[in-house]
Amino acid sequence: MENKKNTSKDHQWLYSPSLESTSHIEIKDKYELFINNEWIAPTSNKYFDTINPADEKVLSKIAWANAQDVDKAVKAARKAYDEVWSKISAGDRSKYIFRLARMMQEKARELAVIETLDAGKPIRESRDIDVPLACNHFFYYAGWADKLDYAFPNQKTESLGVVGQIIPWNFPLMMAAWKIAPALAAGNTVVLKPAETTSLTALKLAEIIKEAGIPPGVINIITGHGDTGEALVKHPDINKIAFTGSTQVGKAIQKALVGTGKRSTLELGGKSANIIFDDAPIDQAVEGIVNGIFFNQGHVCCAGSRLYVQENIAEKLVEKLKHRMKSLILGNPLDKNTDIGAINTREQLQTIEKYIQIGIQEGSVIFQCEGALPAIGFYCKPTIFTNVSQSSVLSQEEIFGPVLTIQTFRTIDEVIQKANNSPYGLAAGVWTDKGSKIFNLTSKLKAGVVWANTYNKFDPASPFGGYKESGFGREGGMHGLGAYLKIIK
Amino acid sequence: MLESNQHSIFQTINAASPIDKVGVEERVARFQTRSIKDDAKAQGLKMVLSMIDLTTLEGKDTPGKVKQMCFKAHHLHDLHPNLPQVAAVCVYPSMVTIAKQALKGTSVKIASVATAFPSGQSNLEIKLADVKLAVDSGADEIDMVISRGKFLSGEYNFVFDEIGMIKEACGVARLKVILETGELCTLDNVRKASDIAMYAGADFIKTSTGKIQPAATMQVTYTMLLAIKDYFEATGKMIGMKPAGGISTSKLALHNLVMVNEILGPNWLHNEWFRFGASSLANDVLMQLLKLESGSYQSPNYFTLD
Amino acid sequence: MSNLEVLKTYKLYIGGAFPRTESGRFYAPVSKHGEVLGNICLSSRKDLRNAVVAARKAQGPWEERSAFNRSQILYRIAELFSDRKEIFLKEFQKQGSSPEEARLEFSTTLDRIVYYAGWCDKFNQVLSSVNPVNSSHFNFSTCEPMGIVALIAPQNTALIGLVSLILPALAGGNTLVALASETLPISAISFAEVLNDSDVPAGVINILTGKQEEIAPIMASHMDINAFISSDLGAIENAIAEACIDNLKRKFTYTEDFNQRESQGLTFIADLQEIKTTWHPIENIGGSTSTY
Repeated sequence: MENKKNTSKDHQWLYSPSLESTSHIEIKDKYELFINNEWIAPTSNKYFDTINPADEKVLSKIAWANAQDVDKAVKAARKAYDEVWSKISAGDRSKYIFRLARMMQEKARELAVIETLDAGKPIRESRDIDVPLACNHFFYYAGWADKLDYAFPNQKTESLGVVGQIIPWNFPLMMAAWKIAPALAAGNTVVLKPAETTSLTALKLAEIIKEAGIPPGVINIITGHGDTGEALVKHPDINKIAFTGSTQVGKAIQKALVGTGKRSTLELGGKSANIIFDDAPIDQAVEGIVNGIFFNQGHVCCAGSRLYVQENIAEKLVEKLKHRMKSLILGNPLDKNTDIGAINTREQLQTIEKYIQIGIQEGSVIFQCEGALPAIGFYCKPTIFTNVSQSSVLSQEEIFGPVLTIQTFRTIDEVIQKANNSPYGLAAGVWTDKGSKIFNLTSKLKAGVVWANTYNKFDPASPFGGYKESGFGREGGMHGLGAYLKIIK
Repeated sequence: MLESNQHSIFQTINAASPIDKVGVEERVARFQTRSIKDDAKAQGLKMVLSMIDLTTLEGKDTPGKVKQMCFKAHHLHDLHPNLPQVAAVCVYPSMVTIAKQALKGTSVKIASVATAFPSGQSNLEIKLADVKLAVDSGADEIDMVISRGKFLSGEYNFVFDEIGMIKEACGVARLKVILETGELCTLDNVRKASDIAMYAGADFIKTSTGKIQPAATMQVTYTMLLAIKDYFEATGKMIGMKPAGGISTSKLALHNLVMVNEILGPNWLHNEWFRFGASSLANDVLMQLLKLESGSYQSPNYFTLD
Repeated sequence: MSNLEVLKTYKLYIGGAFPRTESGRFYAPVSKHGEVLGNICLSSRKDLRNAVVAARKAQGPWEERSAFNRSQILYRIAELFSDRKEIFLKEFQKQGSSPEEARLEFSTTLDRIVYYAGWCDKFNQVLSSVNPVNSSHFNFSTCEPMGIVALIAPQNTALIGLVSLILPALAGGNTLVALASETLPISAISFAEVLNDSDVPAGVINILTGKQEEIAPIMASHMDINAFISSDLGAIENAIAEACIDNLKRKFTYTEDFNQRESQGLTFIADLQEIKTTWHPIENIGGSTSTY
């Protein structure tokens, strides 16, 4: 009997490798600085390696800009602002940005593959989330360029001038888009500094900028380490600094800007609460928890890293979560079936591992997915801790990795207090089937984004940004324009 | 069934958590990003083939048509001896005798729809007689429909008891309970109907008759798989799943298997626990298998219709 | 009957009460005509601390009131302020204004209160948005107050500067800890009496008197204050800005001449609002593109 041949126990079905092709991807051996739509060697003649965190191999060499190079870039941006970008019609600005968006879409797959190679994030995410969102951001803001009067009725606005932008390594291209698109639409020119471990997609974007015929100097992309960023922050001819990254660096930037009259917006850290009530759609909540903390290996400023579960469903929910975690596939980020890719850097992996050790030492109960990690590359298993207390280091500090702390609660007022009991206020999640409860929670939670019955959703039309030490200013939507305009009183 | 026992079962059924449809759609979309290639694809396609209930359920069915389908059911693999045969054929009760005759000596099972299929709009006596006809004619499996009208008017006890009595009438035949999800209209209803069916004695739960759209959408199947998972966690009892209607391509079938694999696990990856109710799926799977083997894309002209 | 005048003691306004400074210190500012304005409380670090505690306690209830109700309360301030016109005119002149200047400051102040009273239940409609996201979600952005606002009142006006910055913060649901003009403090305290007699809940506004150089740095470094607003603080401006960074206080410096009728507007409210964006799924069943 054929049926008996396959006894159900031994019927494993493992997915064969399904690697995204890299054959149509062009990565140069060496990248210079992108100033005035030209590739300029750094004054210092220094370069640094960018590696693939999945196999630790060098992908390319990247120019290291010093203060002189930064000055060149700022001068180019100033000239472009004075002579071109502030002179052309808003309609033409709009058309340039639209053009850029379209050309990015045309090269979407290449951008996605490079993002995955350089950042370690799964191709599923860079292909389906990062790159489309980046393109869409340009599309969204392109249309605003000639409609700014409608965004601020009864108020006159003006562009700021030259904007310095410093972005992190967790969503390299998407952050570049979040920064550049609204700045250009509002009439500014920019000098963008990508994170040193993930410069490649920004440099690919530079190629597209040149190909799209954006006027020289409107967008300048300078690569380097912290000193490059510092030089940008301190440059006297910058009108505004937009920064996304850690709260610590954000505060340092803000201090450097005191007394200069430069404006700033900061998108900083978070330790966001994800709250599950007993009347929640539990299976979707499990999915939301997974998206909340394991999306992009947890390298997400708004990650739902503090889970609060109502006590009467905690056991059931944690079981379901563990079961779901078992179906997460960790491995080569280029594999289309990979859910969990590589940690961006060795340093970050060590930081995460340090926190995991602290969790174990504190007596919290750890659960990790089974299976071995790849022999090379920086990998960390999705990890959850139960039996965590509010005062634990794990539930206070931002880990920026795939590590979830789970606490239980009994009543609504208790969970509101606990959720707000943090210096951060970037995002929060609420899961319940009861509408009136959702609206109560969404107004009580001190966070810039509240996801109700969903988590980690982003859209160009949706403002994003935090309360308290998670930073100030919003990116996205109509409100995102405010960061790049001044209102003439 | 004891009153108090039934009371506690209904407590369990009512305790099922609500379902957010958008979340389900996102989850389902993510299953669809699984890329099944090479060996995994070959293995998957063979599984799909072995899980098909080759179906004809038409007013114009004749012994000739049923015989042709049965012949195909156990000769699918003539071209390729390594391929499995389909799990079963699925016919009306009046055709069970014909099918039995045609499939004599094979391991292909005979499933018969019953209980005033597809609407279920008849009384209990007639439904039981319908089941008896099919069972007495030699059906191995009975695909019943639930009373959707009763369900939607809140008469859950009626639906529960009816399934229980049909199950009794099935004897050794396995009972598949068709929810006709296209008429239940919400995933919460699909979940509730799944729970009622399982607790009332279903061996399988099945999405659709194939006569109503939408039929076996992935979100409905996903919802039912989760119900099966929860039921298994609560009772330790495995229940089978049969999406039926609308699954006509290998790709969609494989995505359904991905869901089974990741929600219920490999124990369910077998035709004892998972079936596809489909008429045209088998040929597409065959074409895909031959494509894998030969490297060339195939034409339907080379695969027999019936 | 003696005509001997009864002098008024000017005290602090904290948590709906009028305490003296816990430090027991005072100072005696002199008007430009050389008249001593009184023995004014020289607030201390602890007075500020108490004021912040009172403001924090009042923040939740104030924020949770309906915008309509806040509007009524703010309008009630205007009513009582108007009622005490003579007192304020007398005080403005005592602090050095000409009768004409006093009348002008009074009427501008009154109009400003009414102006912001009217904004309470409207600014959120103007500043909010429903965002058409590219997925099946309802997404909207709305304003929420930042929380406790520290305010150093402009030095050069007795009341209009203070009121011009208190009112937009209040209209937006914030609570305040304000330091009155160091040189022109007495009408600020009289205004506190107006607030206390109106329906503004205790703790929503707290007014201190004293030295800017002493109080401003403590405000700036206080970790439970959410925003800091002032006119240009001159020599200490940068130090204050730096101290504000410790908990990322939102800091705004206003250089407007608040005597001007047009020195008011939505931005003063908007500056002290956080934008909160909320997402919720929308299921699609039964529509023409139903995906069930």
